[in-house]
Amino acid sequence: MQTDFLSMNNITKVYPNGIVANDGVDFSLRKGEIHALVGENGAGKSTLMKILFGLEHPEEGEILLKGESIHVSSPNVAIEHGIGMVHQHFMLVPSLTVAENMVLGSEPRRGIYTNIKKAESETLELSRKYNLTVEPSARIRDLPVGIKQKVEILKALYRGAEILILDEPTAVLTPQETKELFEELHLLKEKGSTIIFISHKLHEIKELCDRLTIMRNGRSQGVFNVADVTEKEISRLMVGRDVILEVDKGPAAPAEISLKVRNLTVVNDFGKNAVNNISFSLRKGEILGVAGVEGNGQGELVEILTGLQRINFGSVEIEGENIAGKTIKEIRNLGTCHIPEDRMTYGVAETLDIEQNLLADKHDSPRFTGKILTRPKVIRENSLKLIGEYRIKCGSPLEEVKMLSGGNIQKVVVAREFSSDPKLIIADQPTRGIDVGATEFIRKRLVELRDEGSAVLLVSADLNEVMELSDSLIVMYNGEITAFIEDVRSLSEEELGLYMLGIKKQTDGEIGRALHV
Amino acid sequence: MFKQKRLFELVRTVLAVLIALIVALVTILFASDEPGRALSLFLFGPLDSLRHFGNVLEMMIPLLFTGLAVSIMFSAAQFNLGAEGAFFLGGITATSVAINQSLLPVVHPVLSILAGGLTGALFCGIPALLKVKWNASELVSSLMFNYVALFLGLYLINYYMRDVDAGAMVSFKLADTSKLIRIIPKTRVHFGLILAALTVVAGYYFMYRTRWGYRIRLTGLNSSFARYSGIQTASVIILSQVLGGFIAGSGGAIEILGMYRRFSWQSLPGYGWDGIIVAILARNNPALIPVGAFFLAYLRIGADLMARSSDVQSEVVYIIQGVMIVLIAAESFLAHYRHKLVYREARKTAASGK
Ligand SMILES: Nc1ncnc2c1ncn2[C@@H]1O[C@H](COP(=O)(O)OP(=O)(O)O)[C@@H](O)[C@H]1O
Ligand SMILES: [Mg+2]
Repeated sequence: MQTDFLSMNNITKVYPNGIVANDGVDFSLRKGEIHALVGENGAGKSTLMKILFGLEHPEEGEILLKGESIHVSSPNVAIEHGIGMVHQHFMLVPSLTVAENMVLGSEPRRGIYTNIKKAESETLELSRKYNLTVEPSARIRDLPVGIKQKVEILKALYRGAEILILDEPTAVLTPQETKELFEELHLLKEKGSTIIFISHKLHEIKELCDRLTIMRNGRSQGVFNVADVTEKEISRLMVGRDVILEVDKGPAAPAEISLKVRNLTVVNDFGKNAVNNISFSLRKGEILGVAGVEGNGQGELVEILTGLQRINFGSVEIEGENIAGKTIKEIRNLGTCHIPEDRMTYGVAETLDIEQNLLADKHDSPRFTGKILTRPKVIRENSLKLIGEYRIKCGSPLEEVKMLSGGNIQKVVVAREFSSDPKLIIADQPTRGIDVGATEFIRKRLVELRDEGSAVLLVSADLNEVMELSDSLIVMYNGEITAFIEDVRSLSEEELGLYMLGIKKQTDGEIGRALHV
Repeated sequence: MFKQKRLFELVRTVLAVLIALIVALVTILFASDEPGRALSLFLFGPLDSLRHFGNVLEMMIPLLFTGLAVSIMFSAAQFNLGAEGAFFLGGITATSVAINQSLLPVVHPVLSILAGGLTGALFCGIPALLKVKWNASELVSSLMFNYVALFLGLYLINYYMRDVDAGAMVSFKLADTSKLIRIIPKTRVHFGLILAALTVVAGYYFMYRTRWGYRIRLTGLNSSFARYSGIQTASVIILSQVLGGFIAGSGGAIEILGMYRRFSWQSLPGYGWDGIIVAILARNNPALIPVGAFFLAYLRIGADLMARSSDVQSEVVYIIQGVMIVLIAAESFLAHYRHKLVYREARKTAASGK
């Protein structure tokens, strides 16, 4: 029997909004293992790890490192104890170089200046040692996601991490990048690191990990040797029932064109073409997926289509109207709705109640307001109806949105956007970071709306989602379309990965089929 | 849960006020040779005669206007401090109309107030425009413009409206037709109180029951979200400040017409600053503005009465204001306690098997 290297006992964490994210959780690590922490979105994995890394403070419980009780009051203390964390969202300074990011906060000095040379040579040395290839003088903002992740891992190692926490590292990677990451992690393990690997992709866990702890609803469901449990058993423990996240959807019945994008180019703040001369069409009654590693122009594309940003070059027509010079309101009035990628910034006002959040885009419609005064009764009916229809779990329509869980917040956004009889739905990462129940619900709704004749543009970095939900698919790489897949069922994940990485590209003729002319 | 949260905010405010009062009382206890007398004057002086209570109501009138003005601007997250200048200039413009001797009653004050309001709107609109056009901080520019307002106003009085026979630097007499009538005998409480009450009620409906109020609140809470929803945030930013300026300017006009025979302010009267305190106490909610305004007016009058007939200076009020605002503004005041509440509540629902 090996002794525990680290153990967290009876951890309970309640967030200020009353959500019990961890409820008496036990977690333990053996030295030199790769330990998976699995559970569906919202199960409390990130919270548990934030506690270990000193970012959150538990109400109850203790942490023992090598048998001694430690009090991790801040990330600095965690680092002193040799605990490092790579977050779900990277925490790098985009305008600095790799080496500068690496040493940030513990810079080697020469006089009052940072010793850049030394920083770069140290970076290189470490990157050789762990076979994590990075270019020390490259600027972070120019790097693809996979490399940024390596920088994050190196950064933790540079600070002397023996225990490395990776929060959903593969969520943003292509299958090829994932494979590379696994090799690197195996090497790290050989060199003596202990790794906590958070994921909900079961085959990855089978492939990479030694043991796993399963979480559901803030509680631990136990710890197992990976070899002793089947994927099916794991998933049942994760969700509490058998889930098939497959939406059953019939074939699409595409009708006339709803969205027409021609030769669109978007120049970003750094003078780079974030979107480079792309053209495609989207028809009513179909779901067109936009696949691609994040940061390859999808965000800019969505900003243009929804009017958040002005068009530089090219044209966009929605429902037959050119949107150049139109306001966001006017674009919405053409029948467009938008599920934003960042729901807390664009999707809700968190300190406002649910009812008022549901009203944002239609607060001035004659249905809800007379000449001067609003109609509280109709507004209440509307909010109760939507809360019911979308199964938003809440105490009352007057509850603040920030009191809800991630999945329910997203349902508020979706309920509002879908209730405006949309002709064109722009769904940007519609199920990111939300629980299975809400995910299932939102995906079903998208298909229903398709069948009712809406055109759906689905932007998603989640390969499963984009492959399962889309009828056709375009792949974006470096601001360009590298592939148009007419029928997604004919596509393998590996092939999609190659397009996403820009390794493979279709001919202009093949891509041109996306115009539907 | 949401009811609890409101209750908690109320408790927090009341506690802040109480702590501030206690600090002031302790200060008085130490500073005075006759603390008992000073204290009773301070706490109960405003209630000891109709005249004194009238003083409280009189002082409430400008506070209601500036408090509402500030709360509308703050609701849009526009930290325009121009209510002070708008109030002052509102008074000046109203004077320029009111010294005209040939207008009809009723029409006369209406015109004067409108003139004051429009001046205030213009005045607070400038920082708003600068913000929208060049992203200049409205806080800084409005602060600076307050001094422009002061010296511009004094210049106008001195060169165009000054009654040289009056000795001091004051305007000509206001026409009798322009004055607001007294509404409570034996006090100077004037018709402005009714106007103020109506304005506050209208302000409440405007903020919570109209599309414009909704836009202001949404922009203030999350302007990215407001923009995404199709709201033109630039117009909202301007609207909130123009409206705030109008209300503050009208307040200045009403103060002059109700309380003075001539315009005689030599410096900024301070009601704009006080409006900020009132707005903070009321959490920018027009429905609570009367409570905040009454409280502040009561403190001020109490302190005045104490200063007049005891050995404690009225500046004690500033201690109270200071402590109160620090405690209310400090998000983490009692946050620990709140978290415990949340924790216990969460445990309870978990135990009852939700
Ligand atoms: N800062 C926060 N404030 C309030 N609630 C939060 C916060 N972070 C997470 N939550 C909530 O806590 C629960 C657990 O979240 P999290 O630990 O991020 O789950 P996971 O990483 O397993 O997806 C979710 O319901 C989430 O909405
Ligand atoms: Mg997480």
